[in-house]
Amino acid sequence: MKKLAIGLYVAVTVALLGWAFYQAIYAAPDEQTMHEVQRIFYYHVPSAMVAFLFFAISLAGCIGFLAFRRNRPDWAQVSDAWALAGAEVGVVFCTVVLITGPLWGRRAWGIWWTWDARLTTTLVLWLIYVSYLLLRRFAAGPQVQTLAAVLGIFGALDVPIVYMSNRWWRTQHPAPVFGGGPDSGIKDPAMLAAFGWNVLAWLAWGLLILALRYHVERQHQKYAAQEALDALEET
Amino acid sequence: MPRALWTHLVKDLRIELRSLDVFVSMLFFSLLVVVLFSIAFDPHGDFSREIAGGVLCVATMFASVSALNQAWAREIRHQVIDAQRMAPTPGAELFLAKVIANFLFVTVVQVILAPIFLIFYNLHIEGQAWLLALVLPLGTWALVGNGIFFAALSIRSRNRELLLSLILFPIFIPALLAMVRATTAILTGDSDPTLWIKLLLGYDIIFTTASLLLFDVVFHAE
Repeated sequence: MKKLAIGLYVAVTVALLGWAFYQAIYAAPDEQTMHEVQRIFYYHVPSAMVAFLFFAISLAGCIGFLAFRRNRPDWAQVSDAWALAGAEVGVVFCTVVLITGPLWGRRAWGIWWTWDARLTTTLVLWLIYVSYLLLRRFAAGPQVQTLAAVLGIFGALDVPIVYMSNRWWRTQHPAPVFGGGPDSGIKDPAMLAAFGWNVLAWLAWGLLILALRYHVERQHQKYAAQEALDALEET
Repeated sequence: MPRALWTHLVKDLRIELRSLDVFVSMLFFSLLVVVLFSIAFDPHGDFSREIAGGVLCVATMFASVSALNQAWAREIRHQVIDAQRMAPTPGAELFLAKVIANFLFVTVVQVILAPIFLIFYNLHIEGQAWLLALVLPLGTWALVGNGIFFAALSIRSRNRELLLSLILFPIFIPALLAMVRATTAILTGDSDPTLWIKLLLGYDIIFTTASLLLFDVVFHAE
């Protein structure tokens, strides 16, 4: 039953991805000023939304771990697995955002990169979560979960400050006016539909990967616990 | 002042006064960075004012990493760090003592470096110079406070010295931005640095509070 449900979910996700691809590339109308290159929007923005959602899941996992680590060790392990899975899959989606962004910017703005508030925040967020993953790799032993949880909280504290600082920076030195950008909402219903389908498809895909990563981490924790138990029994 | 804090602070200052290890290496390293940048960019006139703030802040940042790495590493010998863990005093006091001690080291280095810096970059300060006495300590506190915290966090890992830079620098980015912008605003006199000073102050308050609250968790992590 469980396997059937998982298989069904995978099939629906793949179908959604195909449908969303059709919507983005063929069904959505041509944009007036940017033309074909605007279609990257249907990948760029949904990836960013999923990345931010997963970083939020990671933060919740970090807080959960610190809250439960003394009195509910099993809940703490679950939280830690979510924190790690969220950070890892979030970094992947954030990488997609950081790759599609400059590709789009080069065509739409004429520049690859600008130190604008949103761009800088996304880049710093990416850097922070990569450093989080590096810490998990370098720090060995049982304390790594605690240390990583603390770093996760510090990183989350940093994000609003980065955003504010860059907004002030840009208000002091006004940047050239960017052409395009989907500000003030999407007017065309066909575009909105394509965008909605892509958000849904990438969210479904992201959740699938997240769940797989979470499952792998839980298995890993169980084996580690079993190994520790075996070592105790042998002595 | 709480006694434990005072004891740790006096101990750290005494060790440093006797050996001068951290101080000398930090001073020489930041001097090297200043010289290297002035060779690389050949600064003069307006251009030197534009980049001087950034060079000064980045030089301080790289130099302090050597001090931050030493801060806990020297406690590992003779299991001093285990004794500190078992001591029945709050970890926050130990943390604060380390931050104050290292803050003093970095500040002394900055004070010595400043005149050299003015000479190499042919600087003439256009804005209100006294504001630098506010910006640099605030920025240094942000750097040292977070640095000591993350040094404690990375102390028991492989390549801990590399790891400290890897986790400290991303978190430090907004403070670095504010420090550089404020310093440049003061040097060039073009804009008002007040906003950046406020940002630095906010950053210091937020992260010092978070560090004090979470230090025990990191220090006693098992």
